[in-house]
Amino acid sequence: MNRSAPSIPSAGDSRFPNAPLPPRAGAGLKADHIDAILADDYRIGFLEVHAENYMGDGGPAHRALAAIRAEFPLSVHGVGLSIGSQSGIDPDHLDRLARVVERYQPGMVSEHLAWSSHDAGYYNDLLPLPYNRQTLDRVVSHIVQVQDRLKRPILLENPSTYVAFEQSTMSETDFIREIARRAGCGLLLDVNNIFVSATNHGWKPMQYLRDFPLELVEEIHLAGHAEDTDDEGDMLLIDAHDRPVADAVWKLYEIVISQAGPLPTLVEWDNDVPDWPVLRREAMLADTILKRLGPASMLGSRHAAE
Amino acid sequence: MPRNEAHALGEQPAFSAALLDPDLPPPDGVIGPHGKAATKRFAVYRNNVTVSLINALADIFPVVAKLVGQDFFRDMARYFITRHPPRSALLFEYGHEFPEFLKDFEPVAKLPYLPDVARLERAWLDAFHAADAEPLMPETLGAMPQERLGDLVFTPHPGARIVQSDFAAVSIFSASREDRPLKGIQPLAAEDGLITRPFDTVQVRQLPAGAASFFEALTNGHTLGAAAALTLDSHPGFDLPSAISALLEAGIFTACHLENASSELPE
Repeated sequence: MNRSAPSIPSAGDSRFPNAPLPPRAGAGLKADHIDAILADDYRIGFLEVHAENYMGDGGPAHRALAAIRAEFPLSVHGVGLSIGSQSGIDPDHLDRLARVVERYQPGMVSEHLAWSSHDAGYYNDLLPLPYNRQTLDRVVSHIVQVQDRLKRPILLENPSTYVAFEQSTMSETDFIREIARRAGCGLLLDVNNIFVSATNHGWKPMQYLRDFPLELVEEIHLAGHAEDTDDEGDMLLIDAHDRPVADAVWKLYEIVISQAGPLPTLVEWDNDVPDWPVLRREAMLADTILKRLGPASMLGSRHAAE
Repeated sequence: MPRNEAHALGEQPAFSAALLDPDLPPPDGVIGPHGKAATKRFAVYRNNVTVSLINALADIFPVVAKLVGQDFFRDMARYFITRHPPRSALLFEYGHEFPEFLKDFEPVAKLPYLPDVARLERAWLDAFHAADAEPLMPETLGAMPQERLGDLVFTPHPGARIVQSDFAAVSIFSASREDRPLKGIQPLAAEDGLITRPFDTVQVRQLPAGAASFFEALTNGHTLGAAAALTLDSHPGFDLPSAISALLEAGIFTACHLENASSELPE
């Protein structure tokens, strides 16, 4: 199937022009940054929002996002769909996501390989799944349900995790590759999550990258992480999104871009959010790497051909 | 897939239960690398859930937090979330049970206005996210036949809320949000609050005596004449003309029509 985000069919009555994410740096949109972004001479490549923040009926947040969407490509990133949930996808929440997608016609829609709701409770965190046949079937059927409702493919993001499960029978990379193959979704590669999970579980990040289906990746995430220790005093990294991207993650990102080619790259900063120029500096670093390594990449030709 | 598929077999019920109960051990099957223990590892999830929900409540109820102190608020919120975990993935909808919770929460019994302040804060956020609608314009009302004003029925604005309090909840809310001192406010003086969002800015104002009953009667579909009569019964000094100006100024309604206008129109 065609993996590039399809434009929503319309008879020229579309509220916003079709705007795919460019292979440049983007930033997670924060309300406090909106005026600075709109006034900045540096034009960020795209902006990404958490879908749930725009599921209200109206108000100033929608006005601000419409102003951003009129000027920049937009990515809608869900955090509450609970794709791994044992109690199924909440059809009301899926309808709300569909409404956000219809309203803003984003270049990309993505969600997480995780769960966050069980029965009536919502835990506001991205919780881990065992990797086995049963959870694979569940996740695939949920992604198919989501894509059917949205009438477009979504991207699925690799998680950062702190625990593993005895019930797992597959590696994370095998699990994700099989999901993408069966559900026909694209992938969002969070490079910080690779580093966090690899450290936490004693994997080698390079091995993870070798096993990961890079050809299905359509967007990258970068973020900062915090350091802690586990019960034995071993390093435990926390996906905190509260500081600059770590040097080791930038190095891993350079390897990803040199292999996969230039890809839309989001810098996330969700806690202790700094002023816009600090986040912009991170985005500019990603832009520099994309410009330097993207064109010479091994898979770069696939993008040039599109 | 059915929503209740394989509940008894899966890992999520036990994982969920342990998230909100720090006395429970990590769920069966949850491990660290090479099968090692995962107590601190599981605690990362527990901490993420708890802290993010406490932060959400602190964002929604900043005045309550200021009135009881941040540390006390966080401990109280920690207790609240175990009893009322969010039911929706929309965190801006969280905490509708918080005012009732405060009413029954013994440690804050000495602050009897706290539940009503929380109701105002919750209503503020409801108004912020409410659907957009143009408020009723004075010209629209002016164009109605003056002899039939009593037959007018009003359409409520989606952002409008009324909070009636036996305490000075509105003065306390406003002073606290505007960083003014609370000194001089008589907490036991009853106040009614009106929350509206005629355009992009949420407005909170205190209503004169009777106005809350009047607006509630209009919101419930009574005609202007019936609402005025009901209000004058309970509040003999009720000032109708100034209530109508306030109605227009605050943007409580979006439209009005004559009650039996449609039945008079020929098909």
